[in-house]
Amino acid sequence: MAKRIDVSGLTAYYGSHKAIEDISMTVEPRSVTAFIGPSGCGKSTFLRTLNRMHEVTSGGRVEGKVLLDDEDLYAAGIDPVSVRREVGMVFQRPNPFPTMSIFDNVAAGLRLNGSYKKSELADVVEKSLKGANLWNEVKDRLNKPGSGLSGGQQQRLCIARAIAVEPKVLLMDEPCSALDPISTLAIEDLIGELKERFTIVIVTHNMQQAARVSDRTAFFNLSAVGQPGKLIEIDDTERIFSNPSVQATEDYISGRFG
Amino acid sequence: MDISTQNTDTDDTPPPAAPPAVTAEQKRAARGATRPGDRIFLALSRGSGIFLLVIMAAIAVFLTYRAYLAISKDDANFLTTFEWNTSLLPPKFGIAVLAFGTVVSSIIAMVIAVPIAVAIALFITHYAPRRMSGPVAYVIDLLAAVPSIVYGLWGALVLVPHMDGLFGWLNDYLGWTGVFSWDDGAPRSMLTVGILLAVMILPVITNVSREVFRQVPQMHEEAALALGATRWEVIRMSVIPFGRSGVISASMLGLGRALGETMAVATVLSPDFDIHASLLNPGGGTFAQNIASKFNEATEFGRDALIASGLVLFVITLLVNGAARMIIARRSEYSGANA
Repeated sequence: MAKRIDVSGLTAYYGSHKAIEDISMTVEPRSVTAFIGPSGCGKSTFLRTLNRMHEVTSGGRVEGKVLLDDEDLYAAGIDPVSVRREVGMVFQRPNPFPTMSIFDNVAAGLRLNGSYKKSELADVVEKSLKGANLWNEVKDRLNKPGSGLSGGQQQRLCIARAIAVEPKVLLMDEPCSALDPISTLAIEDLIGELKERFTIVIVTHNMQQAARVSDRTAFFNLSAVGQPGKLIEIDDTERIFSNPSVQATEDYISGRFG
Repeated sequence: MDISTQNTDTDDTPPPAAPPAVTAEQKRAARGATRPGDRIFLALSRGSGIFLLVIMAAIAVFLTYRAYLAISKDDANFLTTFEWNTSLLPPKFGIAVLAFGTVVSSIIAMVIAVPIAVAIALFITHYAPRRMSGPVAYVIDLLAAVPSIVYGLWGALVLVPHMDGLFGWLNDYLGWTGVFSWDDGAPRSMLTVGILLAVMILPVITNVSREVFRQVPQMHEEAALALGATRWEVIRMSVIPFGRSGVISASMLGLGRALGETMAVATVLSPDFDIHASLLNPGGGTFAQNIASKFNEATEFGRDALIASGLVLFVITLLVNGAARMIIARRSEYSGANA
């Protein structure tokens, strides 16, 4: 069951450095939202505040609210570990566990959550790999190490691993930036399928990609190096790329800066 | 960019003829040894490699020759005899007790030291606040630098007098196994030696494990975190598997030291030439301890016999290292180094 994300007045710090300031937005369930903006504008930081990965970095902390449906992820007594079981994440570089087989990689999240029968695990692994469009390529070598796959396959393996635990939201931090164009296409197609089941947020440096995969696009910017990043605007992707309401967005998209 | 120059690369396919014979000059060029500096460096590095092999071969030849002189005159079975009388006529000596004592004391040391060392390394790299991990690591480094005779003195003067409580407890609760029964002798036994060896090999295992755990890529830990792993689960899922082969190597370094340790064992153990079922009763011996305690007063032939026992230790060490390499190689497909 995909959930709505509701962010209000979110400011994130690394120690005394303010990385992003006063961000508010709503992400609808079963939609794809893309974050674009120049390097250092805080879009990755903002993404990481949505599953509390931000605070893994020492000195990372947050002010403001992130509601998942009606539950505040930053309310007192909420365990960040349980947040991350609801909000899955795919990283920039494919990072399957090198010491695990393909099967064990996909099953890793389930094994954290409790004990399952072998047949249950096998069912979920098959379903997740099919969901990540990887099943046909790996079904004969589930017991081989995940590190033996190509980069694009590894990234789809990571997506299978993330969706195996049925998260409500799937965060993707530049998932295609380390991949060739064909593997990128495979992932983009996959995102189109996954949005039927999950709320997806994707950070990308590739504006064509944002235009291709997302329903809504958020543009982030910073006024100067060292200044906190801010949300400039968020709107339907079509509008952002044809007729944005802020001049800075248009400048960025048309390549006049950034 | 000039497109025509790019194209020449693809147009200019070589004819499918046999490759031209490689000249000596080309071979040298392929090794990067055409300039004087490269040639000197090549000669130096190759010379060092050959030198190492020559030394190893010389040691092996020396040990084997002297051992042969002794074993060929041994009137008892060299591998199974429980005595060491090289001055008898004919001489009777065997390494059964020494092999048993060496292996048992090293196993005790490993069983105690490896889990503690891994735990300390994980604490330093993943749990301790940065202000604390530096000093702790420094103290462990210092422990590695203490000479073994100092450990031996500490073992004899501090450890041995304080073992009574532990030995009594073990005898009360586990004495029925036979392995932990104690007849109230001085606690100069295999268990005490094993504990002392554990203290001695702890720093080296800790230091190497710490380096390995520190090198676990951030992205593997984040992968586990993003799945909703707790800190301990992150360590179990990504840190320990990634560091597994490194911890095995570290343990082998420690085991090598434990197998060959001389002075510390000689100062603590009260040796005899018998195998004792109980780890708590004094007695037994190790290769290195036996050599150290007998070498000075030994005759020429007695020295040859001791060298023969040294050869066995050499072989045991080689076998242990070979086994460790096999364990690492068998899992190399899943090595963290493939990340």
